[in-house]
Amino acid sequence: MNNTASPAIETTAVGHRSTDWQGEAMQKRIAKRYAAERRFKYMGLAAVAISSLFLAFLLFVMIGNGLKGFIKTEVAVPIDFVSATGGASPDQLAGENAERNLNSLDIAGIVNTAIEIEYGTDGSEIFTENSWTDVRDALLSNPALITQNTSVWLTAKSELDRAAKDDSNEKYEALYAKLKDAGKVQSGFNWGFLTGSDGTDPARVGIWGAFKGSLITMLVTLSLAFPIGVLAAVYLEEYAPRNRATDFIEVSINNLAAVPSIIFGLLGLVVFLSWLDMSRSSALVGGLVLALMTMPVIVIAGRNSIKSVPPSIREAALGVGASPIQVVFHHVLPLALPGIMTGTIIGMARALGETAPLLMIGMRAFLTSPPQGITDPSTVLPVQIYLWSDEVNRGFVEKTSAAIIVLLLFLLTMNALAIYLRNRFETRW
Amino acid sequence: MTGPAILLLLLGLGLISWIFGRAKANRFITSGSKNLNSLPNYHGWYTALWAIVPALIFVAIWSSISPALVTDMVLSDPAASQLSSDSFKRGAILSEARDIANNPGQKAFNPEATALAPLYVSAQSHYDIIGTLAVVLLCFAGAAFAFIRIRPDFRARKRVEQLVMIVLLMASLIAILATVGIVASLIFESARFFGMISPIDFFFGTEWNPKNTSVAGDGEDFGAVPLFWGTIFIGAIIAMAVAIPFGLMSAVYLTQYAKPKVRKWMKPILEILAGVPTVVYGYFAALTVAPALRDFAAWIGISNATSESALAAGVVMGVMIIPFVSSMADDSIAAVPSSMRDGSLAMGATKSETIKKVLIPAALPGVVGGILLAVSRAIGETMIVVMAAGLAANLTANPFASVTTVTTQIVQLLTGDSDFNSPKVLAAFALGLTLFVVTLLLNLVALHIVKKYREAYE
Repeated sequence: MNNTASPAIETTAVGHRSTDWQGEAMQKRIAKRYAAERRFKYMGLAAVAISSLFLAFLLFVMIGNGLKGFIKTEVAVPIDFVSATGGASPDQLAGENAERNLNSLDIAGIVNTAIEIEYGTDGSEIFTENSWTDVRDALLSNPALITQNTSVWLTAKSELDRAAKDDSNEKYEALYAKLKDAGKVQSGFNWGFLTGSDGTDPARVGIWGAFKGSLITMLVTLSLAFPIGVLAAVYLEEYAPRNRATDFIEVSINNLAAVPSIIFGLLGLVVFLSWLDMSRSSALVGGLVLALMTMPVIVIAGRNSIKSVPPSIREAALGVGASPIQVVFHHVLPLALPGIMTGTIIGMARALGETAPLLMIGMRAFLTSPPQGITDPSTVLPVQIYLWSDEVNRGFVEKTSAAIIVLLLFLLTMNALAIYLRNRFETRW
Repeated sequence: MTGPAILLLLLGLGLISWIFGRAKANRFITSGSKNLNSLPNYHGWYTALWAIVPALIFVAIWSSISPALVTDMVLSDPAASQLSSDSFKRGAILSEARDIANNPGQKAFNPEATALAPLYVSAQSHYDIIGTLAVVLLCFAGAAFAFIRIRPDFRARKRVEQLVMIVLLMASLIAILATVGIVASLIFESARFFGMISPIDFFFGTEWNPKNTSVAGDGEDFGAVPLFWGTIFIGAIIAMAVAIPFGLMSAVYLTQYAKPKVRKWMKPILEILAGVPTVVYGYFAALTVAPALRDFAAWIGISNATSESALAAGVVMGVMIIPFVSSMADDSIAAVPSSMRDGSLAMGATKSETIKKVLIPAALPGVVGGILLAVSRAIGETMIVVMAAGLAANLTANPFASVTTVTTQIVQLLTGDSDFNSPKVLAAFALGLTLFVVTLLLNLVALHIVKKYREAYE
C-alpha cells in the first residue's frame, strides 16, 4: 500500500481521508458496505418470510389433518326389518309415541344380530356398540324404512375410519381392503361432526355442543363487557375530573389489560365459584370471567375512538343548548361507534380463543349433550380442542384439527367483520 | 312471582309511567301556560325511573332475605319442630324439601323432606305475595311522587342526567372492582397457603413435588425454584431468542425497506400470528414441533430427548410473540425524529448503517420496553406450555429436556378435585400471586421506560 507515486493513495494509507472515490481500496470498501447493506436487507426479508412461512405451515398442517375429520367412513349392513321386528308398521314410528315404540322394538338387538349375520366376529372390529343409533335416527326420520328389507349404512369404528383415510395398523388395513373389495364401504361428509357433541369414540364426536357453549358464553360476555366498557370509556374520556381517583381507575384498566389470562381464571374460581357460590362449569361464570378480560380492551378502544371525534362537534352541540350528556349520547357516541364496534369484535375474538381461565373454573367437563342455558355445565371450542388433544386414541388427531379449522374460520369471520366495519363506517376527521 | 315475571311487570309499569309523565308535561305545552324547562321526554324518563329504580333495589334486597324468612316460617311450624337438632342434618333436609317444593314430582331421599315440602310451598307463596305487593306498591308510590313533581319549571333533565352520571361512574368503577377482586382473592388464598408452608421453603426450595395432603408443615415438597426457572427459561430466554431477532428484523424490513404495497399485505399477515388462539399453537407445538425437535435431538446425539421439551414450547411461543415485538419496535423506530435519520443518510451512511448505528440505538429504550412487555406476556402464557412443555420440575439448562412452568403447575394443581384446604390446591394461588406481581412489575417498568423515552424526543 505504501506507494508514494500517487499522493491520493498515500493519504488513504495514512489517515483514511481519501477523496479518491475511484481508487481501488475505496471501491473495495464501498462494495463491502453495499454487500453488508444487501445482507441486512435480505435478513429482514428472511425474518418476514420465515414468520409468514411458519403461519402457512401451521395452517397447512391443521388443514391437512383436519379436513379428514369432516369425512366419515360407513359400512353397509343388510337388515330385514320386516322379519326382525315381526311386522311393525310405519305408523308406530310417527307421532309422539315414536321414541317409545322404537325403544320397545329393541333396535340395538336387531342391528347387532344383523351385523353378526353379515360380518361374524369381524363385526365388533368394524362397528362400535353405539353404531345402532344410526339406525334409530334413520327410522325416526323415515318410518317407511321399517317395512323394507334393505341395507343401511352405519358409521364405522374409528380404527377402520383411519384405515380408510391413511394409516392404521395392519389388521384394520386388511379388514378395510376386504370390505372395499366387497363394495361395502363408502365415505361421506360427516354431518354428525357439526351437529353432535363430545363422546368417547372419535368417529362419532361432534363440536356442536362446544360451539353452542362458546356462543352462549360469548353472549354473556358481550352483554356485560360491551355496555360497561362503553360507559366506562365515555366517563373516563368525557367527564372524569383529573384527579387521583381517576388516575387510579385508568391504571387499573390498563393493568387489567396486561394481566395474564390465567389470573382471571383464579379470580373466577375464588370469587364466583367459592365466595359467591355460582354454578361450576357454567357458561354464566365463564362469560363473567371473559367479560372482565374483554372490558379493558373495549374501554381502551372506546377511548381512542371517542378521542378521535373532533371537539368542534361537541362545541357545536353545546352551542345550541345541549347538555353535556346530550352532547355525548346524541353526537359523540354515534360517531365513535364504528371504532368501538371494531375494538369490541377484536376483544371478543380474543375471548373466543381463550382457554386457560375457563379451565380454572371447570369448563372442561365431559358433556355429551349441548348446554341448554347459561347455568348448565358447558364447554367451549378451545377447551374442547384442548380436551381432544389430550386423548390417547389416534382418531382424535383429525377431530382436534377439524375443530381448530372451525375455530379459526369463526375467528376469521369475526375479524373480517371488524375490518369491514372499519372500512365502511369509520370516518377520518 | 318469579324473577323474570317481576322484571317484566316492572318494565310494563315503567313504560306506563313514562307515558303518563310525558303526557302531563305535554299538557303544559298545549295549555301554553309557560315554557317547559325540560323536554317532555325527560319528564317521562324521570317518572319511569322513579317507578322502576326503588322497586328494583327492593327486589334485590328482598331476594336475598326472603329465603331466610321462608325457612324461619317453615321451622316455626309444629311439623318442623321434631326435626333433628343436628344443624347439618337439618340443613340437608330443609334444602331437599326446598328442592321438592320447587320441582314437584322429584323423588325424596329423606321422608321428612316430603312432609316439609308442602310447608315450603305455602311459606314461599305467602312471602311471594307479600314481596310482589310491596314491589307494586313501591312502584306506584315512586311513580306518583315523580308525577306530582312534574311542573313546567321542574328541571327533569338535570335529575335524569344526574342518574346517568352515577351509572357512568359505576361502570368505570367495575375495573377497580375487578382489580380488587384479583388482588383480594390471590392474597387471601396465598395467605392461607403461607400459613401452612413457609415462604422461604416456597421461594427458595428446589424440590417441587406437591402431594395431595392436608398436613401442614411439610414444606420440602413445595420449592418453586424449578418452576420459576422453567418459566424464565421458556418465556424469557428461548421465546425471546426467537421473537427478538425475528420481530426486530421484520419491523426494520417492513418500515425501512419494503414497498408500501408489500407492507400493506405483510403487516396484517404477521398480525394473524398474534390472533391465532394459544390452544392452536399448543396443539401445533405438541403435534408437530415437539416430535420434530425430539428426532433432531436424537439425530445430533442427545440420548434422553423427550417429546415434551422446553425448546418446542419456547420456539412456538416465540413465534406467537413476533408480531408483538415487531409492532413495539415499529412504534419506537417511527418515534425517532427523522432529522436524525436524514442526518445520517446525508453523511453518506448506507441505509443499514443508519438503522444499526442511529435508529436502533436511538429507539433502544422503546425497544427494550417492548421486549419487557413481551416477556411479561410470555411468562403468563398458559396453553402452549401446558400442552408442550411437560410436568417434570427439572432444574436444567438443556433445551431438549422437559421443564415445567408456573402456569402449567397452576392448571395442573387446580384441575382435579378442588379441596380448598389442602396446600396442594392453595399452592396454585401462591404461584398465581407471584405471577401477578412479576407481570405487574414488568409492565410498570416497561411503561415507565417507554414513557421516558417518548418524552425525550417530544
